[in-house]
Amino acid sequence: MGLFEQLKKGLAKTKNGFIDKVTELVTGYKKLEPEFYDDLEAVLIQADVGVHTAMDLVEKIRCKAEKDKLETPDKVKELLKEEIAKILGEDTVPLNIPSESPAVYLVVGVNGVGKTTTIGKLAYKLKLEGKKILLVAGDTFRAAAIDQLEIWANRVGVEMLKHQEGSDPAAVAYDGIQAAKARCTDVVIIDTAGRLHNKSNLMEEIKKVRRVIERELPGAPHEVLLVLDATTGQNAIAQANLFKEATGVTSIAITKLDGTAKGGVIIGICSQLDIPVKFIGIGEKIDDLKEFEPHDFVEALFA
Amino acid sequence: MAVFSSLADKLQETFKKLRGKGKLSENDVNEAMREVRVALLEADVNFKVVKDFISRVKERAVGVEVMESLTPAQQVIKIVNEELTNLMGGVQSKINFSSRPPTIIMLVGLQGAGKTTTCGKLANLLRKQGKRPLLVAGDIYRPAAIKQLQVLGQQLNIPVFSMGNQKSPVDIVQASVEHAKNFGNDTIIVDTAGRLHINEELMGELISIKDRVKPHEILLVVDAMTGQDVVNVAESFHSKLGIDGLVLTKLDGDTRGGAALSVKAVTGCPIKFAGMGEKLDALEPFYPERMASRILGMGDILTFIEKAQANLDAEKAREMEKKLRQQQFTLEDFLDQLQQMKSMGPLEDILGMIPGLGANKHLKNFKVDEKELAHTEAIIRSMTPEERRNPNMINGSRKRRIAKGSGVSVQHVNRLLKQFSEAQKMMKHLGGLKKHSKKGKKAGFKFPFF
Repeated sequence: MGLFEQLKKGLAKTKNGFIDKVTELVTGYKKLEPEFYDDLEAVLIQADVGVHTAMDLVEKIRCKAEKDKLETPDKVKELLKEEIAKILGEDTVPLNIPSESPAVYLVVGVNGVGKTTTIGKLAYKLKLEGKKILLVAGDTFRAAAIDQLEIWANRVGVEMLKHQEGSDPAAVAYDGIQAAKARCTDVVIIDTAGRLHNKSNLMEEIKKVRRVIERELPGAPHEVLLVLDATTGQNAIAQANLFKEATGVTSIAITKLDGTAKGGVIIGICSQLDIPVKFIGIGEKIDDLKEFEPHDFVEALFA
Repeated sequence: MAVFSSLADKLQETFKKLRGKGKLSENDVNEAMREVRVALLEADVNFKVVKDFISRVKERAVGVEVMESLTPAQQVIKIVNEELTNLMGGVQSKINFSSRPPTIIMLVGLQGAGKTTTCGKLANLLRKQGKRPLLVAGDIYRPAAIKQLQVLGQQLNIPVFSMGNQKSPVDIVQASVEHAKNFGNDTIIVDTAGRLHINEELMGELISIKDRVKPHEILLVVDAMTGQDVVNVAESFHSKLGIDGLVLTKLDGDTRGGAALSVKAVTGCPIKFAGMGEKLDALEPFYPERMASRILGMGDILTFIEKAQANLDAEKAREMEKKLRQQQFTLEDFLDQLQQMKSMGPLEDILGMIPGLGANKHLKNFKVDEKELAHTEAIIRSMTPEERRNPNMINGSRKRRIAKGSGVSVQHVNRLLKQFSEAQKMMKHLGGLKKHSKKGKKAGFKFPFF
């Protein structure tokens, strides 16, 4: 199965729940009337695009349609595709790879979004590129989180560094970087415990982890990857903002896109945040973490 | 700290505009409802639910039912409150326990909703109610899921039944029932693997478990931050499996919690529990009517009172009251109080439940420093019993000794003593204050439904 086919399959639900609804509207209405726009807005909102982004999108389409003197909704789908493509941007933003290794990637996010799984998949991806990888078990809080990462490390066949449960995550990060320097590792991926972004004490903890990394390796972390769950609604924006404030998030991975009919959240995220989406998770298999390619994404969605 | 805080803000902002008016026209209601609509949608409440909700409130707000005792604005708040409560399921609903134990409770849901953690919390909660729970590790797919449950079991000292990840979950659950009977466990809590509601194969597995052991209660665990899709998830699990209720997790986040509003309305399944924190005792029964009050920024005084009742020693409280009345409040009592407060959970949570404080802008960013409390405790503990009873006797040299003993500076000790003397002064006025606050309440909260 080609990459594009895989993407198409992973996004099938979003397509059904979102784009196909637009198609229904377009064929259902004979004329461009106010009700059509209301219904379009409803479809967008129901796809988790977010109220404001949905209103913006509809407004833009309405303007365009008036300008072009459209009378029937046939072209609306195309307009929508254009606008969504504009929001998502053109280019794929690659992972930041420093000239001198190791590259340090810190992975953060709220509970249960799939941080550990994403790390496993990311490690697999980077290993295929021939990189030497070290995983660091920085989630010392949740029961068995370390074991979970260890299973991934074994599965992928990369090294892992761990402390005991309950130890200081900053200390684990410190050791991770020292070990990476000593072992000439290319990439260090640091797992962290899931935390709700409004818990100030936990956010302080992760700030400390970042400070320790900065101190031990100037220029690091080279990426702070925020993992967001695609089934999350508008709270995703709040998560991104607060994590950015605390840890300087540089990129986003959106997981579980295959499981939701509401992949629209990715559009809301791209329109309201200036953090690039670099990865999307579209399945449970080890190679189901894909680089986010906006162009392909839109094509797959509207295919 | 305050659950639903953003939604509460939005609604209050809207109603502030209404409050200024003496009379309410249809236009006013429409304008208010537009803002309520956006607020609810931003809160991830399902689109269709919002639509119904708005039209119901509008219908009730314009025209009929204007009572003489209320201003029209209060009337609208009242209606919104009532409808919100209705939307979330009216009254609280409980777990169905089988008359012939063991009662089997099965937790299902999407990946990362918090099933395993909820299993632990639920077991802990039920044990507090006198049950003897057995945890069953039915998630054989996710790496280390079994281990996670075992660690939780260890922390709680609750038995965990596992057969590794080679046997099928159906067999595991079946065997666990026998195990429970043999070991006298009256409640079985089954953890299952997270699965997408569209995954036929895994949904089939749940159905076989259901057919085999006939659980008395199937709870769907839902992340409170879930967006519009929550309704599809709940509907899908419900139609395939028949759910008895929901557990809403991660409600201690700043999510506006639209999921809570949507689920009941669309599926008819009540929300039975809410996960309110990372600690293993942070699972609370879900009270729809209280949650509605929270949304409207009226605080959650009921939960507060209940927490206080569960944790504060009634005997001690009576003693305290007597002391307060006789103005014999000492540092020793202060220490007692501190400890009792601590047992009620994080102070921030407690403050968030008090009406008025939830909406207080100044308190919004107010973080209680638990460390400061620990210092205070250490200082008091470094005093002799006599000093505690009679702080006036603490002179410079005693202060130095206390500071050394508790590892703080003398200024710290001074500050505490000053705070305490101020607290004492306040206690003296307490009798008067009580009356005053009652009056204040009458003036401030005219809501007859509160």
